[in-house]
Amino acid sequence: MTALHRRPRSFGRFVAEAQARGALVVQPRMGFSDPALMRAGLQATKGAADAVVGTVTIDSYTRVGDEPSAVRALHERVPLNGFPITSYSPHTSAWVLDGVRDAAFPVQVRHGSARPQGIIAALARLGLDATEGGPVSYCLPYGRTPLLDSVRNWQESCEALAALRATGAEPHLETFGGCMLGQLCPPGLLVALSALEALFFHRAGLRSISLSYAQQTSHAQDREAVHALRRLAGDLLPGTDWHIVLYTYMGLYPRTPRGALDLLERSAELAVETGAARLIVKTTAESHRIPTVEENVEALRVASRAAARHVTAAAPRADLADNPVYAEARALVDAVLELDADPGRALLKAFARGLLDVPYCLHPDNAGRSRSAIDHDGRLVWTEIGAMPIGHVSRRGRRLTAAGLYDALSFVQRRHDTPQTQEVAA
Amino acid sequence: MKPVERADRPRSGPLDVVVTGLPSDAHTWNLVFIQLLLEDLGHKVVNLGSCVPQDEIVESCCKFEPDLLVVSSVNGHGFNDARPLIEAVRSRWELASLPAVIGGKLGVGGGEQEQATELMRAGFDAVFQDGSGDRPGFAAFTSFVGSLAVTR
Repeated sequence: MTALHRRPRSFGRFVAEAQARGALVVQPRMGFSDPALMRAGLQATKGAADAVVGTVTIDSYTRVGDEPSAVRALHERVPLNGFPITSYSPHTSAWVLDGVRDAAFPVQVRHGSARPQGIIAALARLGLDATEGGPVSYCLPYGRTPLLDSVRNWQESCEALAALRATGAEPHLETFGGCMLGQLCPPGLLVALSALEALFFHRAGLRSISLSYAQQTSHAQDREAVHALRRLAGDLLPGTDWHIVLYTYMGLYPRTPRGALDLLERSAELAVETGAARLIVKTTAESHRIPTVEENVEALRVASRAAARHVTAAAPRADLADNPVYAEARALVDAVLELDADPGRALLKAFARGLLDVPYCLHPDNAGRSRSAIDHDGRLVWTEIGAMPIGHVSRRGRRLTAAGLYDALSFVQRRHDTPQTQEVAA
Repeated sequence: MKPVERADRPRSGPLDVVVTGLPSDAHTWNLVFIQLLLEDLGHKVVNLGSCVPQDEIVESCCKFEPDLLVVSSVNGHGFNDARPLIEAVRSRWELASLPAVIGGKLGVGGGEQEQATELMRAGFDAVFQDGSGDRPGFAAFTSFVGSLAVTR
């Protein structure tokens, strides 16, 4: 029973309590292979703002299940791009967390694996119970693992995580579906994927879930998207503790410190306006390199302050979800769920038939017939919809050129790095 | 008996190009960009995507019989992964003379020129290093592709 007593209160409850007292939970991306550095990074972020969640990001060898390469790198003292949780002894990993993670500082393990069983087992051994991912979002953007395998792997992983409920814990899982490809995926599809992955988690037994959405190119459209996601979550996840987690822009990031901080602050304001409870931040170093601990701490402070300043008059109302993003996401979700009673099989059928089709995604199981662009108002729009059941596209056939794609990819970077256009953008 | 008459392959016209990432590189926007760049020039592209195993790249070249193989990598492991790849390509007699180029952010800094020379020696026909600046500089690449389309 000692493990039970040492276990901090649940991740979901921590976030809910912060939201109830009006604090936006902020969280960095952070992972180091040196245990001392990982521990120091967690300690530094812990005190950075009012409500902070710690992050342990896993390295890319461990993500793809290549433990021998991770171990070799550790022996040769080659730094990895994350913490190799399955290669260290539980003793070492426990030392990293000891006295750092507590009731006021939950820690989430972030990875990106389409084969996450080993990572889930390792984090459970450490008494951790919060992580993120999803059968679609951790498969399609990263290589060529068949979607069929990823769905099976994620089914097993969700069940293993949900089984921790028997120990008295309330394991928490976050969808990554609202962040597909980082940029240029129209919000209707992001919202639909995030909601469908949440339903997949729920069906596998999880009762504490967060639904992600990544800031895109238009503040107005992003507001619609988060409201749409909230409405879908309310419909699809009965009897569940859930919240929305917003990601600061994930595409090509502004290169000037002013532009980078400005974009970060806009995302914190978006979270407050839409009732998102948690924000994953970006730093001023984002466009150049992997950020330092200090840069992460600064980003957490800036985001937390921006959120505290930006108090909105009233709580978001349900009818705010009556918008074009919701209509598109709802049509996609309904079409997918009609295919099969099991959400995993429904997702497989949907991708096989092109009812879900991620633009510019090169994975062999993605139909690859859809295309998107940024319109004159800065909104992400479809230029090709393939077989997706979302009506018709008026500007069909006008595909982006390579130069047009580059302009779209760097749209936000240019807008925030160029002072004279910032007023228009805001 | 009169020999069978065959039409010449048109001397100009679109190239069939295989575009691919390397086994350990999950980036895809670079591959999408290159595909559009080639399509803008009128060529036909089969895009293998990211994290493609080496054998699959080689087999795809045998299967599609492209006029050009384009490898793009931006995660800094390009030099390490590309050398065994081009050796595997050149070890197949069908692919011995396939024009093959590589570009992107191939190293983690330092010694790029020597490593480019090494990749050329291993069998690449051209190595295009990432230029700094606002827009990726692809003039050398497009002019290489243009010369290929003319001389084919």
